[in-house]
Amino acid sequence: MAITRDEVEKVSLLARLLLKEPELEQMTGQLGAVLEYIALLDEVDTANVEPMAHPLDVVDAFRDDEVQPSLDRERALANAPNRDDECYRVPAVLGVT
Amino acid sequence: MTEPYVILIGLEVHVQLLTRSKLFCGCSTRFGAPPNTQTCPVCIGMPGSLPVINRQAVQLALRTAVALNCTIPRSTKWDRKQYFYPDLPKGYQISQYDLPLSHCGWLEISDPKGAFASKRVGITRAHLEEDAGKSMHDEAVGRADSRIDLNRAGTPLLEIVSEPDLRSPAEAKCYLTELKLLLGYLGVSDCNMQEGSLRVDANINLHVGTADGPVPTPIVEVKNMNSFRAVERALSYEAERQWRLWQELGVRLGEPGGHKTTRGWDEGRQATYEQRAKEESSDYRYFPDPDLLPVVLPEETVESVRASLGELPAALRARLETGYGITPYDADVLVNQGRALVDYYLAVADACGDGKTACNWIQQGVLRWLNDRQTTIDAYPVPATEFAALLKAVLAGELTTSRGREVLAEMIDHGETVEQAMKRLGIERVDEAELETLCRRLLEANPKIVAQVQAGKEKAVGSLIGQAKKHNPNADPGRVKDICLKLIAGM
Repeated sequence: MAITRDEVEKVSLLARLLLKEPELEQMTGQLGAVLEYIALLDEVDTANVEPMAHPLDVVDAFRDDEVQPSLDRERALANAPNRDDECYRVPAVLGVT
Repeated sequence: MTEPYVILIGLEVHVQLLTRSKLFCGCSTRFGAPPNTQTCPVCIGMPGSLPVINRQAVQLALRTAVALNCTIPRSTKWDRKQYFYPDLPKGYQISQYDLPLSHCGWLEISDPKGAFASKRVGITRAHLEEDAGKSMHDEAVGRADSRIDLNRAGTPLLEIVSEPDLRSPAEAKCYLTELKLLLGYLGVSDCNMQEGSLRVDANINLHVGTADGPVPTPIVEVKNMNSFRAVERALSYEAERQWRLWQELGVRLGEPGGHKTTRGWDEGRQATYEQRAKEESSDYRYFPDPDLLPVVLPEETVESVRASLGELPAALRARLETGYGITPYDADVLVNQGRALVDYYLAVADACGDGKTACNWIQQGVLRWLNDRQTTIDAYPVPATEFAALLKAVLAGELTTSRGREVLAEMIDHGETVEQAMKRLGIERVDEAELETLCRRLLEANPKIVAQVQAGKEKAVGSLIGQAKKHNPNADPGRVKDICLKLIAGM
């Protein structure tokens, strides 16, 4: 198997996805198939190929350090499920950063 | 007796770079704006928005990396660090993982008071990343939620990671002080801990000496320290706590119960408290950010940055010590005040020709004044040329040190030149011939004293000094004494 059930459980926790029992089974199978398919790439001899950091053959796309107008606060907060006049509101965040 | 363990400390320092706009968008980085007024679709992670790199942020990062003697790779790229937290709107932070902007550097630290030998602290890496927003717990009664301000989200940070080369909390503090000083000289960050533009996390563990060789205790990452003193105290506390724990439980790093943990520093209780078990770095599921192109850093770019660094604190201290004859401690005091004060010192020392005297007078006359008013050298009312003129008069013996201080006070209060201030105080320069005439007269009028001195009682000349001051309050006691003794010897 390319991936174990335990690994799928761990990854689902990190992705904040709550998978139920049959889903865990299903995902282990599906993710395993994806990983096996990708593993086909291992068959290619890349000994003399330069590592690629980006598919485009372009580098150095910069902008100058100039301040542009920001969003109006009302627009920025418009889609927030919970907010007040100034801030987004979220369930209490305690202790951990 | 030495402790049966060695302390290993490595520091992670995050500094906000002094750019006008954010790392990947044009929003302002100004501190203190009303919440959520400096955001845009890029920095709040709206679908379809695309980041574009701020050229100046890369320049400032490069400047720092070169000054930290780092190796700069030919190119660097961007990665996504995934974690969920309400102040991280995209669900990932754009950072640098396996090809950081720089690695393998060092920073030399030394204690001007000589408490430890100077040493090079290894710099593992220095890379760019974006800052997160700020969460504030709502303290209003009955409100159990947190408020999120995303103004800071996307501000450029340089993360500077040291090797675990620091061997005591004092060394850690010294490293931070030196790093902050360097960043100030480079002009890359204002390093204001209160405003969060410099943040420190510390990794610490012990290597306990045993019959089987040194055994490492579990590593602890300490957070929430808001001053360098707090870092020093938190690390002292943590070293003692780990030693106690080792003696009680004997758990070594990597054993069950011996994984890395994170603890916060509680300033009020002066203690650390457990925050969480540290996630392994693979838990962040880093992968290359497809939205951003790599940055190429050609040799010429790096060399031109190197050439533009200017004189850095370590070189400046060395120049003051060897070229101006002042002690390492004094050189440190001056250099710590920043380049503008050092320039003032150099101007005064060069013009008066005595580095040591200039240093003493600047520490007592200038630094104290600046400190009392919590201001900087550009606010000091006496120009370097006039300060030097005053020191010349003192060095030539035309003014005593205490008279010189009075003149300086006048110069400060009335914005006057040395000449004007001396006139106001009724001080006249006493020239050598005038003083000699006075001494001759006194000796003629006091044959008894002359006789006593000739009999070997040199102290007797003291009463002549008092008389000389009566005749001419500007007479320098030291010179009166010298002239009298010289005249008596020639009798």
